[in-house]
Amino acid sequence: MTARHRLLLIAAAGLIGVLWPVLLPAYTIQMAELWLFIVFALTWDLVGGQMGYNSFGNVVFVGVGMYACAVVQVSILYSVSAYTAARGGGTEFVFPPDAYLTGLGLGLAAGAVAAVVVALCLGSLVLGMRGHYFAICTLGLGVAAGELAAGWDWLGAGAGMTAPPPPREIGDTNMLFYYMSLALAAVTFLGLGWLYRTRFVLAINAIRDDEDKAEAMGLDTTRIKVTAWAIGALFLGVAGGIYGNLKRFIDPTEVAFSGATVGVWMVLMAILGGKGTLWGPVIGAIVFQVTKEFFWTFLLGWQRVALGVLIVLIVVFFPQGILGWVRERFPERFGHTVEPDTVPAAAKDTVQ
Amino acid sequence: MSNISILFQAPPLALQLVIDGFLIGAIFALAAYGMALVWGVMNIINITQGEFVMLGGFVAVVLYEAGIHPLWGVPAAAAVLYAVGWLTYRAVIFRIVDRDLFTSLLATFGISIILQQLMNQVFGADVRIAEAGLGSWFFADGLVTISQIKVVGFFICLGMGGGLLLFLKRSRLGQAIRATAQNARAARVLGVDTDRVYATTYALNAAICGAAGALVAMAYTIHPYIGLPYTIRSFMIVVIAGLGNLAGVVVAGLGLGAAEYFAGFILGAQFQLAFVFLLLVVVLVVRSWRLAMKRQYLK
Amino acid sequence: MNRMSVAVAAACVAGAIASAGAVHAEDVITLGAAVSITGKYSTNGMNTKDGYDLAVQKINDNGGVTVGDKTYRLEIKYYDDESTPARGAELAERLIQQDGIKFVLGPYSSGLTKAIAPVTEKYQVPMVEANGAARELFTKGYRYIFAVLSTSDQYLTSAIELAAEKAGDLGKQPNEIKVAMAFENDPFSQDVRAGVMDDVKEHGMQIVIDDELPKELNDMAATLTKVKALKPDILVVSGHSKGAATAVRQIGEMRVDVPIVAMTHCDSAQVAEKFGAAAEYTLCAQQWDATLTYSDDLFGSAADFAALFEEVYDYAPPYQAAESAAAVMVFADAFERAGTLDVEAVRDALAQIDMQTFFGGVKFDEDGRNVAKPMVLTQVLDGKYVVVAPTKWAAEQPVIPRPAASN
Repeated sequence: MTARHRLLLIAAAGLIGVLWPVLLPAYTIQMAELWLFIVFALTWDLVGGQMGYNSFGNVVFVGVGMYACAVVQVSILYSVSAYTAARGGGTEFVFPPDAYLTGLGLGLAAGAVAAVVVALCLGSLVLGMRGHYFAICTLGLGVAAGELAAGWDWLGAGAGMTAPPPPREIGDTNMLFYYMSLALAAVTFLGLGWLYRTRFVLAINAIRDDEDKAEAMGLDTTRIKVTAWAIGALFLGVAGGIYGNLKRFIDPTEVAFSGATVGVWMVLMAILGGKGTLWGPVIGAIVFQVTKEFFWTFLLGWQRVALGVLIVLIVVFFPQGILGWVRERFPERFGHTVEPDTVPAAAKDTVQ
Repeated sequence: MSNISILFQAPPLALQLVIDGFLIGAIFALAAYGMALVWGVMNIINITQGEFVMLGGFVAVVLYEAGIHPLWGVPAAAAVLYAVGWLTYRAVIFRIVDRDLFTSLLATFGISIILQQLMNQVFGADVRIAEAGLGSWFFADGLVTISQIKVVGFFICLGMGGGLLLFLKRSRLGQAIRATAQNARAARVLGVDTDRVYATTYALNAAICGAAGALVAMAYTIHPYIGLPYTIRSFMIVVIAGLGNLAGVVVAGLGLGAAEYFAGFILGAQFQLAFVFLLLVVVLVVRSWRLAMKRQYLK
Repeated sequence: MNRMSVAVAAACVAGAIASAGAVHAEDVITLGAAVSITGKYSTNGMNTKDGYDLAVQKINDNGGVTVGDKTYRLEIKYYDDESTPARGAELAERLIQQDGIKFVLGPYSSGLTKAIAPVTEKYQVPMVEANGAARELFTKGYRYIFAVLSTSDQYLTSAIELAAEKAGDLGKQPNEIKVAMAFENDPFSQDVRAGVMDDVKEHGMQIVIDDELPKELNDMAATLTKVKALKPDILVVSGHSKGAATAVRQIGEMRVDVPIVAMTHCDSAQVAEKFGAAAEYTLCAQQWDATLTYSDDLFGSAADFAALFEEVYDYAPPYQAAESAAAVMVFADAFERAGTLDVEAVRDALAQIDMQTFFGGVKFDEDGRNVAKPMVLTQVLDGKYVVVAPTKWAAEQPVIPRPAASN
């Protein structure tokens, strides 16, 4: 895939992205979600595919970002505990446009910061484990985070928290959040693309390929691992904030820390598209979303079963992912040259 | 905390929590033993463990709702789940035995979703029970109740665990299983049909979980979503006890049951599950740290 | 990737056209609904769907809805929200934006209704909902939500009132009553709790236990152990059907002796049928009961509705089904009185509704609450749910205190 082709692809994707709400306004929210899923898949792949640390707990950062953003948005004008405790009683919480927008901006920043802080803390504890221990540990973290949030009254506990309603003066918030998601996806994609051209990615890949050797070579693996996770967390925190405002109703275990759904889906999207590549997670996210929507629409009632079957099929039969498969079939397109089968002429008589 | 003071005011309550904890801990231990078996022999972490328990529970529920005494559900669930486990192996698992553990994690996770949603479709999301019709014993002026079916379940679990141990130690197939666990290639060279060994191991694991599930349905309640916590508990017990350490599994299982009940009492029931998952994280982190002191890591 | 994007876009456009086509068929009014066909609320979600379907069938069989000079059939377009709020909101968007639905029927559960309400409000699409009782829904100044059911805070207040009333029988003053509460950690149950707290404070009662139950509830032993230690006078539990089933079973098993036990969702958990003696004397908060003497021209009396429902679906209708059927009737009435299908006109007609149904009276205040129908408290007596409060509708006197379990 030459550089020119790649640039054309990116430009085409960008054009479709920017024009989508104009062309198909009814699907704006779904596309916004797709851009966020792309962010999820890309950030997962940074630590999973590139570094070999398969995390089931990235959803922790999404939830942290979501709650942090909502809390900041509310606390600009009101006390958070009053907001979450209000259950009838006539208090109406109004957010005028400038307060809302400032709140949103600050909130997203807060989401990013909070997620990074959590990543740094958790990372130092948890990234010492390898392979499947890391995976299950992060799975536990994801579910535990949801349960803890569901018990924390300040955040609304089990009743959840509603993100502040945008004031009517702002107009169509669908478009606003759509472009925010698009922007985030673009920044993540380009940012990681740049990262994958620096030496940092060499260090990460070294950790994936053989961590002991990498350490023996003098790499500070712990610092690198935590940094990588924190970079992912940065984008996930912002994504969480946008996602929370998109859904408006933040339920601790279903929306914020949905470990058994979104947490696993991001792994699948990256694998489906092709682990360890830049475009893989993007392709995987798109294919996954489309397939999921088809299941949801046409297999009413059985869509989750179908999704489980899809997971098994992908993992068992298609672990190299779409990009991996394409790479195997058309290696020349990716700049690899494959030697024709070299069998020494003399051996042809004996080797049958 | 006020809850702790209640325990001091009425010590029999602490006894109640310990007893209840041990009684359910036996079920945890049984499921964990099955998981350790599959892990040790096939190098597969079976995330579907909890769903097998859930399925076993539904077998008992079906029998109960058909008018049959649910204690028959234990052997029935074991038999049905043996078949399910064997089928699952033939359909999916045999393809991933040689691959890395992460693949087995994801694949078994996918299977668990299939089973969970299938049961949700067939039975609905509501709690079901199977009533064994046994009563309870009461002590300490009614402060301590011991449900008889839970005690029966406790001994059934111990019995099954013991039976499995005997099977592994004495029978030919058990020997073959242990040989495969030690070194699969060598076993194959020596004529052991490792494929059959794997299938039997996986099916046995499913059967054990099924029996445990039947007990859960009789002693507690089940619904299609009880799976994941059971899986996590089994994993935690195996990690604490180590593969191949049956005594450790029993102790860890009973201990986990008691710890969970105390946590639920002291911290509040809404944190009981959070406690379980956080405990997993803590156990792993501590383990990993201690190994890191020796410049090693969890393998 | 280029080709794939185009293919995806084409598929989406095709899908949109196909689904849009379904809505514009002649002489049909299509209502939209996201219900919980799978997931944790699937049992009650199906009750809701069955209720909607039965009402639509009955209305269509009776000649449909007359709007102006045309008659229309009713139809409902369903999506499965999988019992998750995020999905519900998404599907509401899809119904309104892509399927062109102008009239929405509510989902099951407060959590889902809370997620969908902002969407219907944003697009100014009226929603008549029958299963979202959270008070929060009615404090945001929404103009397009109309709730047929009584709000959550009223669910167990009559139980607290009863406790205050019968305090003398327990040898206490109302403010000496000790209250134990166990509520599931979800929006609806927490709202019920808020209502109970308000009432408890009003009477000056003491709260000795205030437990939150996890959503994956299958064991309440820790809470019940506390109850045995602290000996409250009244135990209130709310945790959907799961909570009721688990509570009844374990209360019987552990022989927890509390003079008054009140729960929500005992009827949809079928505690009387499944747990026999252990369920006796439990108080149940219900929106409706088949023995009440409400009636209307479409279904007849409450008992007639129950009989028809059981005939069609093979199970006795819990109140979730009844209130859902009422929601459809409310829409039908609004269409006919508005005389047009213009959304704003229908919305105004809804706001002015004042009708009697087999489910009870329906009249909305300015926030969309139904102020014409009270919550009912039943008690399991001899395996049946007997209405014991409010006194106007009571069939029998409640048995308080619960006779101590003997063995």
